[in-house]
Amino acid sequence: MGRIQLKQVKKAFGDVEVIPPLDLEINDGEFVVFVGPSGCGKSTLLRLIAGLEDTTSGSIEIDGEDATGLPPAKRGLAMVFQSYALYPHMSVRKNIAFPMRMAKVPQEEQEKRIAQAAEALNLTDYLDRRPGQLSGGQRQRVAIGRAIVREPAAFLFDEPLSNLDAALRVGMRLEISELHKRLKTTMIYVTHDQVEAMTMADKIVVLQAGVIEQVGSPLELYRTPRNKFVAGFIGSPKMNLIEGAEAAKHNAHTIGARPEHISVSGDTGTWKGTVGVSEHLGSDTFFHVNVEGFAEPLTVRAGGDVDLHYGDTIYLTPDPALIHKFDGNGLRIE
Amino acid sequence: MATKASRSAARLMISPAVILLLCWMIVPLAMTIYFSFLRYNLLQPGNSPFVGWENYYWFFTDPSFSAAMINTLVLVGGVLAITTIGGILFALLLDQPMWGQGVIRIMVIAPFFVMPTVSGLVWKNMFMNPVNGIFGHLTQALGFAPIDFFGQIPMASIIFIVSWQWLPFATLILLTAFQSLDQEQLEAAEMDGASWVSRFWFIMLPHLARAITVVILIQTIFLLSIFAEILVTTNGGPGVATTNLTYLIYVSSLLQYDVGIGSAGGVVAIILANIVAFFLMRMIGKNLDA
Ligand SMILES: Nc1ncnc2c1ncn2[C@@H]1O[C@H](COP(=O)(O)OP(=O)(O)O)[C@@H](O)[C@H]1O
Ligand SMILES: [Mg+2]
Repeated sequence: MGRIQLKQVKKAFGDVEVIPPLDLEINDGEFVVFVGPSGCGKSTLLRLIAGLEDTTSGSIEIDGEDATGLPPAKRGLAMVFQSYALYPHMSVRKNIAFPMRMAKVPQEEQEKRIAQAAEALNLTDYLDRRPGQLSGGQRQRVAIGRAIVREPAAFLFDEPLSNLDAALRVGMRLEISELHKRLKTTMIYVTHDQVEAMTMADKIVVLQAGVIEQVGSPLELYRTPRNKFVAGFIGSPKMNLIEGAEAAKHNAHTIGARPEHISVSGDTGTWKGTVGVSEHLGSDTFFHVNVEGFAEPLTVRAGGDVDLHYGDTIYLTPDPALIHKFDGNGLRIE
Repeated sequence: MATKASRSAARLMISPAVILLLCWMIVPLAMTIYFSFLRYNLLQPGNSPFVGWENYYWFFTDPSFSAAMINTLVLVGGVLAITTIGGILFALLLDQPMWGQGVIRIMVIAPFFVMPTVSGLVWKNMFMNPVNGIFGHLTQALGFAPIDFFGQIPMASIIFIVSWQWLPFATLILLTAFQSLDQEQLEAAEMDGASWVSRFWFIMLPHLARAITVVILIQTIFLLSIFAEILVTTNGGPGVATTNLTYLIYVSSLLQYDVGIGSAGGVVAIILANIVAFFLMRMIGKNLDA
């Protein structure tokens, strides 16, 4: 079980209110991702749930029971830290065994769970090494192993992949997703990378300055962002946001069109512009286009073999059904 | 970077310093060894004949010798135990966020700057003196007979004074070690269900291991040659109760004017220090592997 409810949870460091009162519900077995720019309070929120920070006010319930005052160990949650926080003087085996040793799990049971975790995480050959003798990805797996053997109600991950190189990150992302499918345990995962959020989450929580901007499935956030911030944050490359006369034509303060929802042509279209920098990815090409009358260049996606170059004239046509409209406060207009 | 030419140039450049240091060490060492084989008493000037191992024989069979060895070990061991354990406790305390942290840290370090002779005299006359000392007044105020520290418990008193001097050093080194401990490790242990005691035992203490060996190594080197504190307080007495090896060498060579036996004692002390250093180095080496 792992149902976590935050009710009016608030956190202030001295006079600085990092998280204004906030409500959030996390269901059993869900993979929830907290995403937002650096410094927006994701880690703080996670640490409040873990019990490593005290709430200033409000309450946290785990499986229907009030856990606000419980120490971290009593909450039945396991955490994987950004720095892995392995114990450097203990072997991998002892690192993984540590939580069980603290819980006085019988020796045979410990051995069994270590063997299982090592098997699942490809660590069997490394059990007698020290963390210092492992690669980044292996350390990450040890940290996950240490979390798994506790059989927690929920896993908490704080930017676990940010110290890995790009290729390894993609691999570990899959491994963690697979782990979730297999264990079916609640996972809360913090990241500033919206790609990680989109690929892994059942439910994404978008945070800005401690405030929840929107909660929803990845596709909900992609299709119907509640405001300009979410619209700009979710999706890669970013949504083009256009203000001024063009937006007024749609009776909005701002309109948004994703790069993949704008069609490109060499001779006709709604907007006429000149090609700036283009990024060729093979399958796709992203053009940065300067359109007359727009404050900022637009990013558009075209097929891999569109033959347009720097300085060429280009015509763009947004898909009218997929234009997002926002009012003066940045909120979505339906 | 280091080409052959630049390396040999570097060797040439540092050679004066190395040679100077070498002479600085070798000359007194050679002279001590040389004197230790002569019958050389300042009260009998004139010829000082070569006598082989005789000085060593007299030094080892001196009834004070075994007492001095034991006293040296007790003194070093006692001070090490008090300063490392006390240092860990003080470091834990000073690592807590508290009001006036900077001032308190400086005050804790202050005893280190007091000269051994001065601190020995201050403790002797102002604190431990049974008639005038504060401790005497306190015990009397409570209705007990005052303790004559240097008469009744001379070794414990000296261990106490020396510990007082070295505690700041241990505290300082251990405090910096504490501060370099990754807080996330402690938090991870907390999440893993470790109580404060378990966290101290399984996380903090292993992290401190290296700093503790450094403290022990450096202190041992200095504690083997404690002298001033003994000279100004007990003069090695009562009897030989507080005579350590250094003090015994002083007694033989300067009070009995026997340079030969004093030198033999010096050589013994050097060998002893090297044996200790050897074991400590191995200990440190093991810790550095980790
Ligand atoms: N212990 C602390 N004391 C004071 N301010 C803190 C503390 N921890 C975090 N903060 C502040 O809280 C804000 C959110 O931090 P954090 O939760 O770490 O952000 P994120 O993980 O989203 O990058 C930041 O502005 C940070 O400076
Ligand atoms: Mg963070």
